[in-house]
Amino acid sequence: MSLPLEPVVELREVTKTYPGGVTALDAVSLTVQAGELVAIVGPSGSGKSTMLHLLGTLDRPSAGTVLVEGRDVSRMTDRRLSALRARRIGFVFQQFHLAAGVGALDNVADGLLYGGAPLGERRRRARGALERVGLGHRLGHRPHQLSGGEKQRVAIARAVVGEPAMLLADEPTGALDSVSGAGVLDLLRELAETGTTVILITHDRDIAALLPRQVQMRDGRIVHDDAWVEAVS
Amino acid sequence: MRRPRGRRHAMSGAAQDGNAPVTGVPAGDRTGIGGRPSAGAPDDRDTPARLGPRDVLRVGAAGLRARPMRVFLSALGIAIGIAAMIGVVGISTSSRAQLQATLDRLGTNLLTVGPGRDMFGEDAQLPTASVGMVARMPDVESASATGKLSDAKVYRNDHIPAGESGGISVLAARLDLPRTVGLTMATGTWLNAGTARYPAVVLGAESAQRLGIATPNVQVWLGSQWFTVVGILDANELVPELDSAALVGWDAAASDLGFDGHPTTIYTRADKAAVERVRELLAATASPESPTEVEVSRPSDALAAESASNKAFTGLLLGLGGVALLVGGVGVANTMVISVLERRAEIGLRRSLGATRGQIRTQFLTESQLLAALGGIGGVALGIVVTAVFAVTQGWPTVVPPWAMAGGILATLLIGGVAGLYPAIRAARLAPTEALATP
Repeated sequence: MSLPLEPVVELREVTKTYPGGVTALDAVSLTVQAGELVAIVGPSGSGKSTMLHLLGTLDRPSAGTVLVEGRDVSRMTDRRLSALRARRIGFVFQQFHLAAGVGALDNVADGLLYGGAPLGERRRRARGALERVGLGHRLGHRPHQLSGGEKQRVAIARAVVGEPAMLLADEPTGALDSVSGAGVLDLLRELAETGTTVILITHDRDIAALLPRQVQMRDGRIVHDDAWVEAVS
Repeated sequence: MRRPRGRRHAMSGAAQDGNAPVTGVPAGDRTGIGGRPSAGAPDDRDTPARLGPRDVLRVGAAGLRARPMRVFLSALGIAIGIAAMIGVVGISTSSRAQLQATLDRLGTNLLTVGPGRDMFGEDAQLPTASVGMVARMPDVESASATGKLSDAKVYRNDHIPAGESGGISVLAARLDLPRTVGLTMATGTWLNAGTARYPAVVLGAESAQRLGIATPNVQVWLGSQWFTVVGILDANELVPELDSAALVGWDAAASDLGFDGHPTTIYTRADKAAVERVRELLAATASPESPTEVEVSRPSDALAAESASNKAFTGLLLGLGGVALLVGGVGVANTMVISVLERRAEIGLRRSLGATRGQIRTQFLTESQLLAALGGIGGVALGIVVTAVFAVTQGWPTVVPPWAMAGGILATLLIGGVAGLYPAIRAARLAPTEALATP
């Protein structure tokens, strides 16, 4: 693997403690390079969702440093973090979170809404993104007219339409049957091959095993990272 | 890797390599939005883009389109309040327009002179020559008079008991009375030089109705003899006392009914520009010996005063409309609070898509204002319909002042803003992770 010059996202000794004293992450360090396809796997309560929130700048660490493209998240205002998410980070959720009653095209175009592009351009790029996820024939379909796998593809198109530096997927196959889930995984792999950094969070070891790099979590710590193995060898 | 190297190059200002991704936003849109101009070219990644007005409206409307029934009901609350206020203003304006039209038709230059009371509290009398003296005044266009015959009563026939006179007053009338007052005939003819000397009578509209007479050439029992009805007058708003009168000729009154020739009301039309001056001189002219025993009035003033007394009522109704509006505003606030609670996932998603707190706040404020404005527009339309229906059934012109319509819409925008403020702030304060955790 060729090492790019700057990590897309980096956690340094990151701790997250919630009010009430629960430590969800305990001095975790993780580096993800551009173009990587990483699975973060662990049982529920292992801290992987907290990790996703921190990687995606939706939350701030209690201690330690989160760097997105080399920029220290803790030193940025909420406004600037929002702008960062708008342009550099894409999210995919287990529950899709598509706007009901809105066609696939406009759902995807909303991925660009807060990036500042005018409506015409947003729609044009949304069409491109939908074609990229294989839904070029479903532009006008509303969420309730789509299958679960198709909904998740729309959500993925929405996440990548702004060409983010990284795509964070939180249990993207969790609400899908195995066939649709496999299709979604293939799509994420294709995206990674074309240069998108993909970080996938799952509790399913079988799914994680399909991805080139696995990060295993337990009780708020990383217990295994394929990158360590590579570094040793 | 398209990104330039180096940490926090936003702060390195001029060190930008111009490699920022092009997002297609016109440069003008990006200037001056929270960025630090002194830091040089703003870094695309950490300056939030501003949503254009169209996008703000689109996003705000999207929230409404998803729940049409709820939108309809909460907008209805506002609409009822606005419609009530527009209706009240519209109806009172229409009524005033009608009054103005009536006054324009009847003229505001009619003055009446009547006897007051003398210094001992007794009924005074106008001199018999007073009509002629008033008619010769400068600026007086015409003058006429009626004289009340207190002892004469009119009955449908001679079998009616004397007590049941129906409140109809018998007046001796000058022949030029219709011209001066502006009386018109519903049917039949006015008295003329011939019929004025014989037992002929013209009935006011109200009198004819009370006597049950619709056509002329009918005999009525008047002052112990038969009089022939020669005509019936139209109702007259300016001088309603003539509606309930039976008018006989001046000469017939003197010869048959014992009329003493003293007029009891002098009607006079003055030059429009000189009405006030004529009014001041009328008392002294009509009764030079005792001008203080004369009452001068302007009938159009009475009509205007009646309309002014309606204003207090209008104020009360406006207040009620305001209460309805307030209740509507509370309904909108309630809808918005529920909407924010229900849409936590959407808020979380939008935050993950890069919406700032301000943009979330703006979204819900816009939604609330749109909701209220929908109600406002509907309410104005409803108010116009209410006004039109009422005015048409009353035979009035329909007038809804533009300031009331503009004020109605403006008020709803304000209500929407106030009602949406708290829910919008709550939505904006919601932490993205918390919002996304909602199932």
